[in-house]
Amino acid sequence: MENKNIKLMQGNEACVEGALTAGMRFFAGYPITPSTEIAEISSLRLPKVGGKFLQMEDEIAGIAATIGASLTGLKSMTATSGPGFSLKQENIGYASIAEIPCVIVNVQRGGPSTGLPTSPAQGDIMQAKWGTHGDHPVIALSPSSVRETFDLTIKAFNYAEKYRMPVMLLTDEVIGHMREKIEIPTADEIEIIDRVKPESGLDKYNPYEVNEGELVPKMASYGEGYRFHVTGLVHDETGFPSNDSNVAGNLLDRLMKKIDNNIEDISLYEEYRIDDAETIIIAYGSTARSAKSAVDMAREEGLKVGLFRPMTIWPFLDKQITDVAKKADNIIVAEMNLGQYVNEVERVGNKYANISKCCKANGELITPDEILAKIKEV
Amino acid sequence: MASALVENHFRSNKLPHIWCPGCGHGIIMRSIVEAIDELGYNKDDVCVVSGIGCSSRAPGYMDYNTLHTLHGRALAYATGVKMANPKLKVIVITGDGDCAAIGGNHLIHAARRNIDITTVVFNNNIYGMTGGQYSPTTPTGEKGTTAPFGNIDKNFDLCNLAKAAGATYVARATAYHANMITKLVKAGMENKGFSFVEAVSVCPTYYGRKNKKGDAVQMMRYLKDSSVNVKAAKKLPKEKLEGKFFIGEFHKVEEPEYTEQYQKIIDSFQKER
Repeated sequence: MENKNIKLMQGNEACVEGALTAGMRFFAGYPITPSTEIAEISSLRLPKVGGKFLQMEDEIAGIAATIGASLTGLKSMTATSGPGFSLKQENIGYASIAEIPCVIVNVQRGGPSTGLPTSPAQGDIMQAKWGTHGDHPVIALSPSSVRETFDLTIKAFNYAEKYRMPVMLLTDEVIGHMREKIEIPTADEIEIIDRVKPESGLDKYNPYEVNEGELVPKMASYGEGYRFHVTGLVHDETGFPSNDSNVAGNLLDRLMKKIDNNIEDISLYEEYRIDDAETIIIAYGSTARSAKSAVDMAREEGLKVGLFRPMTIWPFLDKQITDVAKKADNIIVAEMNLGQYVNEVERVGNKYANISKCCKANGELITPDEILAKIKEV
Repeated sequence: MASALVENHFRSNKLPHIWCPGCGHGIIMRSIVEAIDELGYNKDDVCVVSGIGCSSRAPGYMDYNTLHTLHGRALAYATGVKMANPKLKVIVITGDGDCAAIGGNHLIHAARRNIDITTVVFNNNIYGMTGGQYSPTTPTGEKGTTAPFGNIDKNFDLCNLAKAAGATYVARATAYHANMITKLVKAGMENKGFSFVEAVSVCPTYYGRKNKKGDAVQMMRYLKDSSVNVKAAKKLPKEKLEGKFFIGEFHKVEEPEYTEQYQKIIDSFQKER
C-alpha cells in the first residue's frame, strides 16, 4: 500500500506547512486574531530548518522586516488580519514598486476597525486591490479548504518569486481555524518556483533592467557582490530615483504588464456543475463551501444551478466571468461583505446576465439555505 | 579631483548630492564612510538602510548595498536584513523626524533587542524635506512652519531615549566634529549590539532661518562653542555648562546580541540531529 501523508490540520497550520514547502525561511509578524497561529507555528518550525522568525513591535514592522529579509534572498512571509492589513498597506505598495517578493496572509475577520475579531468576513476584497495608494499590480488568492490553503500558499510564493511582487493570500476566520483531513502531496507533485538571479561576475548589474520582451528583472541578493540601490521612489533601470515622466510611465506600465500579460498563468478557479446551469453562483473562500451545498440542494430539486469559484481574486477573472455571464441567465454573487466582488462581476457581466447578490456582514457564515432561497427568488 | 575615499566609497556619478548649501549632512555622510574605510570592511558586506527625509537620501550616494525605505521604517527593514543575513554590517541612516517621531517605536524596540545595527541620526532639529516643520528634537520655544508661535512640545534627548530603551552603545557628536563622528561610528560598528550615534547637523535653510540662527558658518560655530565633551564636563564647574550640550561616548555595555541569541536556537536543533 502506498504511504500517504495524511494529517488532520487547521487552515492556519496548513498555511505554514505550505509556506515551508514553498521554501519560506523568514517570517515576521505581530499577534492578531484570527491569524496568530500562523506566527506561532512559524516560530516553532522555522528555527528547526535554519529559518528565522521575528515577532516585531507592530504590524508595520512585521511587513517591513519581511521585505528587508527578502532582499537578502530569503523567501519571506507575514500574516495578519483586518486592522493589521490596514496598517501594512503602505509597505505593500513599497514591495510593489521596489519589486520585492513576499507573501502577505490576511485571515479576514469582521470589520471595520476592531470589528468582530473572532468572526469570519470577506470584507477586505477591495482593500486588497486598492488599499495602498497609487496604481500597482495585485495578486490575491483565496482558498476554500485546508488543503487548498496549503496549495495556494505555495502558489502565492511561486507568483511572488516569479513576478517579483507581494502576493496576498485572503483566507478568513473559518478557513483559518477549521480543521480538516488533508493529504500532503509528495515533493514531485509540487512545483516550486524561485526568483531568477543574475549571473555572477557581471561587469554591471542593473537591478531593474529587463531584456527585450521580458517583464521581470533578475534579482540579486544583498551581500552577494552586486551593490545595488532599492527605493520606493520612481526609479529607472539602475534603481536610482528619477523624476522623468517617461521613466515613471514606463515603470508603471511594466509593473502592470507583469500581471496583464501573464493573466492566464495567474487565473485559478473551479467550475462546478455549470455546463447546463441557468443560474450560476459565484463565491470564493469559505462562502464557496455553502454555495456548493446550495448547488447540490438545488439540483436535487431539479433546478439547473452551478458554481463558479474564483481562487484568484485579483487580477479579476474578466474572461472567465464574462463566459459565465454569457452562459447563465442569472448570476448570484455570494460573499461575506455588503457587496464588493459583485461590483466587478457586474462590470463585465451586466450585459449578458441578471446579476444579484447574496451578502451578509454580521460575522455569520452565509448558509446553504440562504443561498438556496436566493436561487429560488431570482 | 575627488579624494580616494570618494572614489572608493561613493557612487561618484550620483554626486553632487541634493542637500542645500550649508547643510551639515554631507559632512556626516563622509564621516560614516571614513569609519567604514578605516574598519576595512568589504563594501559588499555593508548594507546601509534609510527611511525618508533629507538624511535618508544619503545611501543613494554610498557604494554599498543600499535600501531607501519608507518614512520611519528604516530600522524595521534593517532588522529584517540583519536577521536574515547576520554577516552584513548594517547601518541605519535616519533623521530626527524619521527616527524619533514616525519611527520612534522601531527605535526603542531595535534598541531593546540589542540587534547588531549601528544607527546614525542626522539631527537637524527640523523636518527639512517638507519645508521646516518642528520635529521631536526642535527645542521648546523655537519655531517651525507649523510652530509659528513657538514650539510648546518638550524636545527629546535622543541619546537618553536610546540608552533607556537598551542600546549598548550610545554617543553623540556634531557636524563640526567630523573626526569624532568617524571615531564614534567606528566604535558603534565594532560594538556587537545596537549602537546609537546622534550626529547633530545644521539646517541653515529652514531651522536656522526660522529661528534667526545666522548662516551656516555661524550655526557650525554654535555647535563648536556650545558642545562639551562628556569627559571634560565632569571636571567643569556648573556655570561653565550652562546652555551647553554634551558630546562624546555616553554609554557602553556588553549584552547578548539578538541574531547570536537566535542562532543559538537554530544550532540547538542541529545538534539534535
